[in-house]
Amino acid sequence: MRYAETGFNLEVDLTRGNIERVATDPELTELYLGGLGTNAKILWDRVPPEVEPFSPENLLIFGTGLLVGTPVIGCNRTVVSTISPQTGLMAFSMMGGFFAPELKYAGYDTLIIRGQSPDLVYLWIHDDKVEIRDASHLKGKGSLEAAEMIRTELDDPKAQIASIGMAGENRVWFASIEQGRSSASRGGIGAVMGDKGLKAIAVRGTNDVHVARPPELIEMCNEVMRYIKHRNENPIPGVMPILAGLGSPQEMAIHDEKWHTENFAWGNSRTRRKGFWTEEVEDNWTETMRGMRTRLVSCHNCPMKCGATISVPGLPTYMMKCFSKLTYTMAAMSDLEFGLRIAQSATEYGVDAFSAPQVMAFALELYEAGILTDDDFPGMPSDNEERFFWLLDRIVRREGIGDLLANGTHWAAEQIGNGAQEYAHNNIKKHEQLPLKLGMLNPIYFLMYATGEKINITQIEGNYPQAPFATREEREEFCKDWVQVPDEKFKEYFLNWELRGEYSIPHYPGIEATCEIVNWQEQMHYIDDATGMCAGLSSFPLKPPYHIHNLPTFISNATGMELDEEGLTQIAKRIRNLVRAFNIRRGMSKEDEKPPADHWKRRFPELEEELLTEYYRFKGWNEQGIPTSESLHELALDYVADDFLERGILQDEG
Amino acid sequence: MEVTRKKKIVKTIRIDVDKCNGCRACEVICSSFHAIPKYSSNNPERSRIRVIHYPLRDLYVPVYAGEYVAAECAGRGMYTIDGKEYDECAFCRASCPSRDLFKEPDSGLPLKCDMCESDPSLTEPMCVQWCLADALIYEEREEEVEEGETLEEIEIGLEAMAHKFGWQKLLDTAARMSKKD
Repeated sequence: MRYAETGFNLEVDLTRGNIERVATDPELTELYLGGLGTNAKILWDRVPPEVEPFSPENLLIFGTGLLVGTPVIGCNRTVVSTISPQTGLMAFSMMGGFFAPELKYAGYDTLIIRGQSPDLVYLWIHDDKVEIRDASHLKGKGSLEAAEMIRTELDDPKAQIASIGMAGENRVWFASIEQGRSSASRGGIGAVMGDKGLKAIAVRGTNDVHVARPPELIEMCNEVMRYIKHRNENPIPGVMPILAGLGSPQEMAIHDEKWHTENFAWGNSRTRRKGFWTEEVEDNWTETMRGMRTRLVSCHNCPMKCGATISVPGLPTYMMKCFSKLTYTMAAMSDLEFGLRIAQSATEYGVDAFSAPQVMAFALELYEAGILTDDDFPGMPSDNEERFFWLLDRIVRREGIGDLLANGTHWAAEQIGNGAQEYAHNNIKKHEQLPLKLGMLNPIYFLMYATGEKINITQIEGNYPQAPFATREEREEFCKDWVQVPDEKFKEYFLNWELRGEYSIPHYPGIEATCEIVNWQEQMHYIDDATGMCAGLSSFPLKPPYHIHNLPTFISNATGMELDEEGLTQIAKRIRNLVRAFNIRRGMSKEDEKPPADHWKRRFPELEEELLTEYYRFKGWNEQGIPTSESLHELALDYVADDFLERGILQDEG
Repeated sequence: MEVTRKKKIVKTIRIDVDKCNGCRACEVICSSFHAIPKYSSNNPERSRIRVIHYPLRDLYVPVYAGEYVAAECAGRGMYTIDGKEYDECAFCRASCPSRDLFKEPDSGLPLKCDMCESDPSLTEPMCVQWCLADALIYEEREEEVEEGETLEEIEIGLEAMAHKFGWQKLLDTAARMSKKD
């Protein structure tokens, strides 16, 4: 008997219409756990670097984390992995909600889609019964609209559905996969789903998920419940409200948006608006949110309420979470009412809420600069907000200028030329980033931005405070119950960290400490992505219920595997290196590891180079950022080293 | 069946549909608690509490399993509450032929909430303990009730099967199968 996992993958070939249930090797679980680890292993083994994103040979993998479907609280992530059309690298966007647990209950750990269907289809997985069904009647339908139609025709309101909208169907390079209250948005995975001719996947499962050591596991879960309750009642003092609690940033619940609106950049990631958050704006936005937010909603088996049902008068209801609340508002220099209204269309069309607003603001900036002209925007309305609706519509249909913009700012600028590249200024590895422009270089964030391969800062940062606390007393107070640190030295780094002077950024924390802090934070994300744990209860917030000291025991009690901190650290490292190896084999290089040039006003090229070199060394990578034969061998990734040697990526001496 | 009237502690779960966030932790922990051995597996389909939810219509109704009924009732009414339309069945606790709620997925036998009766007894049923939203509140109140015999789990199951197949067939099958062992 397999515990926590089902021991089976579902393989669907859309070209041939073939469906297979395939037993998996338990030894691979011990090496890669599940979720991202398993997905990365499958991609490495089966998708050689020549494969294009839009090709039948590209795989679209829906992985459930190892602990998904067990009672472990907050473990519900679906990790979707494929080759991103936008970056050409591995996309591993993920979503909460209910899809992955349902897939486990249906009897599968991983769903692997290959091939291409000539006609639009959807997949219906009901335990052992799996069908490829015609979806021609769903063509052009919104993601939520299509999901509701599928539920009705299947006559199964309990089916969980992941679907794409028009953006995915038309292969927009930042198209998302939507799942009602959650979406997997980064990297254009929705476009790959559209390219495969797959409109939606509906799943319903009625089987058991077993665990190895039931009483021990449940006692740990009860403890997590008590801790969450405690933390909900006792927010962390000294940090802004959205970072004081657990969960994804509580954007749906909290009305105070001073921090975002005054510190993040508006328009095409350009303008900081100090003094924006007046009492009048606060009243207005609070009223908008109260009027349109009908309920705060949770994901599977998690007491946090990070999402919300939004009903804009006159429009169909949709669900939202986190910072998508403000991305459209800020890109259009508008208000919250506009943001919630356009997000309804954007959700039905299925686009990424970071990239889409930025692409539209970028287009309008090019228009203002005269690089794009009236000829490029025939029929565009004159009203600013109406322009965003108009542009969104062109993009998801790939009509006119929308066809260029649908590839994201980097590629659109390349095609437009004439200096447009200067306006695609907020990308890393060709992908749009959070609209954030700051003053002084922060060494921790420099390394996270430069080397992150999840290509989204919120999915790399987390357990270490974003900024120092003003006084030593506050810092000492913070350290008192900081049990999550892997080592006491992290408390020292934090205690000495000052806002100004010798012990402040960019030279403090020192290079070695910075490497350790970045490594710790990233490692926790990689563990979560393999277990299916939501970052909101683990790698993202300060002082989460899950950490390196208790996660090995959770995994042991759920699966029966023997695992300690060292073992789990080693697995996280293995997955991290495999993801990197996959991307290096696809051409990623040190050249790509750069935060946007204007991310900080004050840059320190020598320090940055030193940080990067030292971090590569710390990670066991050579000066080009490539894992060495020696470190690959230590991680039981000899097959990667062999491949690198064969391809000349590494030379014999490593 | 003898019926007497006597004072009794009635255990109930008070449900606040406005507070439910649809996380379904109640379903997970209920099915886990009732697994044999206890907590060894979970499967919402076996849960004795289900959240009937239609997120886009903002309907979230946790319902815990009540009596088995052999035939469906005439009730098919709609209630409109605060502008939202609820099917009458959404509030019904019965394990009933008209729907797939509260039936063991393997056998089709009815499921019924037992308030997590166990030894030592719990302070509150597990679903209530795991509902941090306070949509589920455990209540005990003293009531004068008509007390008859309460059926054991196996009796409820047998009765349901007898309704489905008839006593004779059930007895014949039981006799045949027990011989094999």
